[in-house]
Amino acid sequence: MFVELNNLLNTTPDRAEQGKLTLLCDAKTDGSFLVHHFLSFYLKANCKVCFVALIQSFSHYSIVGQKLGVSLTMARERGQLVFLEGLKSAVDVVFQAQKEPHPLQFLREANAGNLKPLFEFVREALKPIDSGEARWTYPVLLVDDLSVLLSLGMGAVAVLDFIHYCRATVCWELKGNVVVLVHDSGDAEDEENDILLNGLSHQSHLILRAEGLATGFCRDVHGQLRILWRRPSQPTVHRDQSFTYQYKIQDKSVSFFAKGMSPAVL
Amino acid sequence: ELPAPLLDDKCKKEFDEDVYNHKTPESNIKMKIAWRYQLLPKMEQIGPVSSSRFGHYYDASKRMPQELIEASNWHGFFLPEKISSTLKVEPCSLTPGYTKLLQFIQNIIYEEGFDGSNPQKKQRNILRIGIQNLGSPLWGDDICCAENGGNSHSLTKFLYVLRGLLRTSLSACIITMPTHLIQNKAIIARVTTLSDIVVGLESFIGSERETNPLYKDYHGLIHIRQIPRLNNLICDESDVKDLAFKLKRKLFTIEWVQDNYLRQERNIYPPGFSYLLKQKDSAWGEGSLQHSTFLMSFLAKATAFASRLVRHSEPLKQNGSGRIRQAAGPRLWHDGRRQEAPGLLGIPP
Repeated sequence: MFVELNNLLNTTPDRAEQGKLTLLCDAKTDGSFLVHHFLSFYLKANCKVCFVALIQSFSHYSIVGQKLGVSLTMARERGQLVFLEGLKSAVDVVFQAQKEPHPLQFLREANAGNLKPLFEFVREALKPIDSGEARWTYPVLLVDDLSVLLSLGMGAVAVLDFIHYCRATVCWELKGNVVVLVHDSGDAEDEENDILLNGLSHQSHLILRAEGLATGFCRDVHGQLRILWRRPSQPTVHRDQSFTYQYKIQDKSVSFFAKGMSPAVL
Repeated sequence: ELPAPLLDDKCKKEFDEDVYNHKTPESNIKMKIAWRYQLLPKMEQIGPVSSSRFGHYYDASKRMPQELIEASNWHGFFLPEKISSTLKVEPCSLTPGYTKLLQFIQNIIYEEGFDGSNPQKKQRNILRIGIQNLGSPLWGDDICCAENGGNSHSLTKFLYVLRGLLRTSLSACIITMPTHLIQNKAIIARVTTLSDIVVGLESFIGSERETNPLYKDYHGLIHIRQIPRLNNLICDESDVKDLAFKLKRKLFTIEWVQDNYLRQERNIYPPGFSYLLKQKDSAWGEGSLQHSTFLMSFLAKATAFASRLVRHSEPLKQNGSGRIRQAAGPRLWHDGRRQEAPGLLGIPP
């Protein structure tokens, strides 16, 4: 996790809020550093994490995780992390008939209507074990990324339904958190993606939006992060709070600074 | 139709000849013409020098010898041949062409042990896959023909499963796609997200850039649209964004467009000026303050001169008096020697 980002979000693994939906969004840049942040954050918070990783392999997250101080392999072995490796599972599903329902079953079907098998997988992964002692603090669902589901033939409404069911179970029933990444396609006229993004924006408590700089490539400032709290915890603050910072990604961390205050410029 | 590869001894001899004819840039003169040029990295010419060979070299005018093709271990997939074959294919929601192609690739990966199932006994190798014109009607897809065809998800599904195959085996794949034929911009965005590296080639043929002097000698531009961050938070993105390519018989070069521009800029110096540049320690040496001041004033004068020509259709008259106030102009050079000099500049011997 990135300590500077924790400071900006006013949170630490020990006292993070529960029952929230966080939306990660990237426009004209790569927002995957946010996924790595939340994965390591929640593992450090001793949460039970279900990671639906659709776009990269396990080893990719594992190697980056090590740079951020978490071992995904060990987390998986001790049962803290349930990892669905989308790419590997897709190959299994497409080339072999499966006996049991598979979370990515819709790949075999011409007109899959919904993501129910995937939801069942998540629910099974995060359900509390009745062994008496609570090993983990609360459950977390992390998805990287939802836009891929659209590329795989699911409609925006089906994906929104899936998230709705996940929220109902994970956030409301189990008092956990959900973090999802959606790409903002910008002017690519991707209607389905826009519907998904808008729909999720309205439901989220926190939106982190990584944007490329409007003026183009810069070596010292990789992009801009917009933080938007949609339902602030203090009842006295009526308007949604929004902050913008610029950032630079380094090998093991990300540094944030106010706009125009990059150390390279000062 | 594959081009003949260039083998070691043949190409080294030919490249040495090329090097002789090239003007090597004088690397010991610092560029001060414009402050930003100095900070920019030098692009070095990379060629088949035997000490630092990288990649493969081909002669585009010759064909690959048949014996070489037959001796290599390769598998071809031509859809019209396979469309009626009895290759066992699992039901899938892709177009039949893509389904068969995926199955074909998966079979090779499995049978030749690239996925670790049958350990490779011979030296470990990587399966290199090349797919041409993906998305075109030749693959049974209609995204190049219609904006919202019935198979709009077939291509992206195919790419996803292919990505899965590549991630779970020792293989790499390069795909060409005629994106200029795809009208649906959303599909292009999705294809980009599903790929690791995306490179765009933009040809100058038929475009207005063909006559632009900045792009003289080049055949097109190369756009690096995406590079991956694999196993890492950062990626090695280059500062250089304006790249153009040139396809010659034996060499495919990629150059920074600014290099060509600077080469051309040197051609605008007046004829007698060049001898000053040859003197390395002269105050007028290339890159010196005097040089750049002179150049600026020359350019200003040249444009003013040209515009006067247009307006009055007669050349500017030069006379002896007032020469101290006069900035250097074209007339000063007609006998190859500088006649007058503005105040602070030294007169060369």
